[in-house]
Amino acid sequence: MEKTKMVESQIYTKPESLTEIGTHYCPGCTHGIAHRLIAEVIDEMGVRENTIGIAPVGCSVFAYNYFNMDFAEAAHGRAPAMATGIKRVNPDKIVFTYQGDGDLASIGAAEILHAAGRGEHITVIFINNAIYGMTGGQMAPTTLPGQRTTSSPMGRDIELHGFPMKMCEILSQTDGAAYIVRRSLHDVANIRKAKKALRNAFEAQQQGLGFSMVELLSSCPTNWGITPEDALKWIESHMVPMYPLGDYKVHSALSVK
Amino acid sequence: MAKGRIEINEALCKGCTLCTLNCPKEILHMAQDRFNAKGYRPVEIIDPEGQCTGCSICAIICPEAAITVFRMVKAKDRVAEKV
Repeated sequence: MEKTKMVESQIYTKPESLTEIGTHYCPGCTHGIAHRLIAEVIDEMGVRENTIGIAPVGCSVFAYNYFNMDFAEAAHGRAPAMATGIKRVNPDKIVFTYQGDGDLASIGAAEILHAAGRGEHITVIFINNAIYGMTGGQMAPTTLPGQRTTSSPMGRDIELHGFPMKMCEILSQTDGAAYIVRRSLHDVANIRKAKKALRNAFEAQQQGLGFSMVELLSSCPTNWGITPEDALKWIESHMVPMYPLGDYKVHSALSVK
Repeated sequence: MAKGRIEINEALCKGCTLCTLNCPKEILHMAQDRFNAKGYRPVEIIDPEGQCTGCSICAIICPEAAITVFRMVKAKDRVAEKV
């Protein structure tokens, strides 16, 4: 019997939608994973030439250097407003924003809430790492109760600082939202699920169903003061119980993969 | 013969060790004898027994997209598959 001929096939490489530039993110930061998943989804959908991204203020402020597509830079928290304008002028383009928790849930809370309420046909990638990363680890709206940060050195006290903001739960109550889900990047299985969610979010926009957002629980090893490995474990043990993963709103017309 | 192999772009590696901790065959290690241009110890694959299966787990967890994965497939099944 003839032996089956085996050949070597490249099954994974850096997606075309990312540039060759190395990122400025700290070692082990899951921003890089989120960037890569978005780039893979855009590659697979074949919409790179038709996509416009909006970079936020925060650690991912230089995202426009890393994505190999058209990009604009918004003022702090104003990415959904900028995306609204770009999408309304270019309704045939895929428009997405990439925002951290300080950008989206604090200074940009009004923008995101009204963009969702208006049902803008944009996709928002929300990176929730429970801290302000770029400015040195201050308390964010999403910081967990008891979590130590440079501006809450004794831990977040809910009597003094209030409760964390759960953006998926809040935005899923708006009628304009079509696809609101929360995923995590703490292990390989969850990274795969996150990629499927990103695909669904872009599909929802392409089908004109309304506002879509994927929240990704992410790590900040530097400002949490732990190793990249422990940071991923901390997401699983501390963040996931506070921010339950799941689908908060899925438009009935969207065929979820 | 190994079922798979990986190529590591050492210039992009930041030595976060996530791939070494997730590799099911435990064949990824941080280089002990050199640093890359950024000053990090890059990851390297030590696989004399050909244990790599090309499972892509290292590439999926890598925040820098520094890993390219190859897998041996039947010639007739050859596809530009993406994980």
